[in-house]
Amino acid sequence: MWKLANPTVFLGYTGRALPVLWASALVLLVLSAWMAFFVAPQDYQQGNTVRIMFIHVPAAWLAMGCYALMAVSALGTLVWRHPLADVSIKAAAPIGAVFTAVALMTGALWGKPMWGTWWVWDARLTSVLVLFLMYLGLIALQNAFEDPGRAARIVAVLVLVGFVNIPIIKFSVDWWNTLHQPASVVRFDGPTIHPTILWPLLTSAVAFTVLFICLHLTAMRAEILRRRIRTMTVLTAQRAESGASFRPEAAE
Amino acid sequence: MTPFFTLVRRDVALAFSAGSGALLGVMFFLIVIVALPLGIGPDLNLLARLGPAFLWIGVLLSTLLALDRLFQADHDDGALDLLTLSGLPLELLVLAKCLAHWLTAVVPLIVAAPLMGLFLNVSPTALGATILTVLVGSPALTMIGAIGAALTVTVRRGSLLLAILIVPLTLPVLIFGIGAVNGAVVDGLPFRTPLLLLLAASLASVAIAPFAAAAALRAARG
Repeated sequence: MWKLANPTVFLGYTGRALPVLWASALVLLVLSAWMAFFVAPQDYQQGNTVRIMFIHVPAAWLAMGCYALMAVSALGTLVWRHPLADVSIKAAAPIGAVFTAVALMTGALWGKPMWGTWWVWDARLTSVLVLFLMYLGLIALQNAFEDPGRAARIVAVLVLVGFVNIPIIKFSVDWWNTLHQPASVVRFDGPTIHPTILWPLLTSAVAFTVLFICLHLTAMRAEILRRRIRTMTVLTAQRAESGASFRPEAAE
Repeated sequence: MTPFFTLVRRDVALAFSAGSGALLGVMFFLIVIVALPLGIGPDLNLLARLGPAFLWIGVLLSTLLALDRLFQADHDDGALDLLTLSGLPLELLVLAKCLAHWLTAVVPLIVAAPLMGLFLNVSPTALGATILTVLVGSPALTMIGAIGAALTVTVRRGSLLLAILIVPLTLPVLIFGIGAVNGAVVDGLPFRTPLLLLLAASLASVAIAPFAAAAALRAARG
């Protein structure tokens, strides 16, 4: 963990690992797409729309997993002051937001033929929507600061405050929903799910997780390089400025 | 505790001094309450049913208004630097400023609530329940808001960002507040449970938020 704290070491390791990771992500995605279309049968009630689940469920899992990763990274920033922890938060937030959006949109696409409506104020949907809003807030806060070093600890505090709040929000929304209407969600209960659906789903989950790791590491590398360019630009500007003030003396 | 109450007194005095716009929040509350029936229509029965929710959302939005200046005014003129040097722990400083904010920004809203209830044809029972739940739940709004105010203390035009960050975190307060009001009005729905949950949210945020806000202040002013 601490060996990787050096950004150059991190860039070296990930530079070698990423081509392999991207290749396996591609293979797994193709495999899971094939399983979703040809192994998984049509559902007797849902027909072909059941296949949306192979994108929807992994996206929803990763939407939550990404926030957990960010909370760990926030601890890394605030407690251990790991130099890459803040890069990890910065890189993860947009990816988490996109996975949350994918979960919401595929849910809406599934809901229209199944429930007859794009959106219901169901407890689970509502809490995922709130999670999406929290991702957007985090991204907005990150963008409010020019200096990434200053933003790091501020954003980390918000990530942790949000992490403490997520179970409370989830609980309150569940409570609110049962108050208004009984849950009307078609549920997949773990053990009752048929193997021909379960295996494509698990494959898809693994494929999405590897994809997430690839995206996250690539975004972290981009962020490290972006910060280097920023530092170099600032240094060049400073040097140019001091050079300009020295020039009259040099001319003498 | 004397520095603590001195700070509370100072902030309350500042809030009501000339040019501080102490009652702008109440005016905003009034504007929101006037605009809603114009959008929905003059049906008094419908307004009576929606009234408590309007009052709660009005309080939530009006509370946000004054929050962006909670630390920023003192940060900009350097008073916050002096206050942090005074020996008062930053956590207590946050708590004192929150108490002053609650007294000057939220209590006027609660005082104005009966008038707003009148406009919305809210029944006395529902109005009483709304005022009670706002009284119990609004400390949580102020305390959670203080975290957002601390996070955005150095951000120019941070008020909109503050609202975006804070509103998702305050949704449980809104849910339990309205839930308790519904419990008071509709037979068969619980009143005590949401009220106690609301109280728990307020107490927990009073206990936890000063530390989070102080950490955010340290990080932001670093």
